[in-house]
Amino acid sequence: MTDLAIGRPAPQQEFNLLKVLGPVHVWGLGVGIVLVGEFMGWNYGVGKGGAWGALIACFVSGLLYTCVAMIDSEITSTVAAAGGQYAQAKHNIGPLMAFNVGLFMVLTYTMLNASDVQVAGQLIQLGAQQLGHDIPWQPFTILCLAVLTWLNYRGVFATLTVNFVITAIAFLTIIILFVGVRPWTPAVMMFHKDLLTDLPYGWIGVIASLHFGIWYYLGIEGTCQAAEEVRSPGRALPLGTMCGMITLLIAAALTWYVACGLMPWEFIGWDNELAPLYDAARATGSPTLIGILFIGTLLSAIASANGCINDAARAWFSMGRDRYLPAWFGAVHPKYRTPYRSILFLTPIAALFALYIPLAQIITFSILSGLLNYTFMPINMWAFRRKWPIGSIRRGFEHPFHPFPAVTLLILCIVTFFAVYLGYGRQLLAMMAFYIIASLWFAFYRYRYVRRGAQFTMPWPKPQGY
Amino acid sequence: MWSILGPVSWVVSAAIFVWLAWDFFRINAQYSEDSLLSSREGVDELFSAQAAGDRHD
Repeated sequence: MTDLAIGRPAPQQEFNLLKVLGPVHVWGLGVGIVLVGEFMGWNYGVGKGGAWGALIACFVSGLLYTCVAMIDSEITSTVAAAGGQYAQAKHNIGPLMAFNVGLFMVLTYTMLNASDVQVAGQLIQLGAQQLGHDIPWQPFTILCLAVLTWLNYRGVFATLTVNFVITAIAFLTIIILFVGVRPWTPAVMMFHKDLLTDLPYGWIGVIASLHFGIWYYLGIEGTCQAAEEVRSPGRALPLGTMCGMITLLIAAALTWYVACGLMPWEFIGWDNELAPLYDAARATGSPTLIGILFIGTLLSAIASANGCINDAARAWFSMGRDRYLPAWFGAVHPKYRTPYRSILFLTPIAALFALYIPLAQIITFSILSGLLNYTFMPINMWAFRRKWPIGSIRRGFEHPFHPFPAVTLLILCIVTFFAVYLGYGRQLLAMMAFYIIASLWFAFYRYRYVRRGAQFTMPWPKPQGY
Repeated sequence: MWSILGPVSWVVSAAIFVWLAWDFFRINAQYSEDSLLSSREGVDELFSAQAAGDRHD
């Protein structure tokens, strides 16, 4: 092993993030962040649009995220840098967009991390209560955050290997539940014929349920944050992201089918016990399925928090490295090769939100920031293909049917914004105001510190038209 | 037994955070700021080191 690899101190030595990840880690990162949305969260869409409405939202949101995955696969496999969409915006559009996109991602993942660890603590409390013991949830939330922060601090390979394993186990529990309810013999355990009603609130309810339909897939774009640490970006990122999206489409369909066949839509839509898939297992009456789904739900929350710590820290680190934020955040640990200052800086913020802010509020912050990020992607794609047309630079992956995915994504984002406005209009406006104020701060104060020329790192020719 | 799980969790969490803080300050003191901030986007040192090794062979 070289001195470089073991981190021996030497003057003028460079410490970069290590390229040690493969497609399974990319899959583990993307699906790991998202899969918790199958275990909880999506069900509030049933409350808005009924069971059929939630299924339509599941498919429409699936289309939205398939477009996200296609666009991300092409651009990230070409702009292989930590920071994901932030690095893309920096190269393709400009500094103000890059600053905003970086903030969208940090808030999306930090808030999602806070809600995940809060849910993990509350699940442990719920499990203890069902065994007849009343214990507080806060110590388990903080323990979960501490262990995952430590894991992320110590290195990306172990972090995402763990994420791959626990995500695969959580996905397997959904398959086990599906097989356990014997779908090949309808009307024995599941009663779709009786439970599926018409749209209770009409088509406006279906549109409203899109707000929660995105829970099935929220965070798959996080695979881009691994771009600087994968061994082969051109292969690993498209492969890991597309396989992740296929996994999530299967998981979402199975989740809807099982939950809506076991429980009435009125119960699923207002499930106050956090986890509808766990409740579906309880509806079967099988202690084995109940135990397995409890483990699956807990692991999915832990995997999501783990991936979110990884992604939020990389976005924050990249912005520090380019001086969009204080350069201090752009440090890499000499031994573990992780953005250790960014990891540690974001942890207390996640802890405060997890301990003191209600789950619905934290999740809404996360969803809104994620949605703003998706709205940037079609603009990003058009700029990328216009400035560097096919053949002008070497791409790791070229997505087909351009510009249809970008147009479809933009239309679906606008419809989903309307859906969010129906339920959380004030939060949406407050969030927009926050980003406008942050943009003013960046444009009139912070921009003077940005390394303007050095931030463009891709060995590309000048863009067309410049 | 269940009642001690909460305090044990707080203690383990505190121990982890103390270790993280210790390592954080140790690294900041041991390495120069220039070295810690030396990361560059798009650098592939693993393969370049391997390629250099291959050339030496």
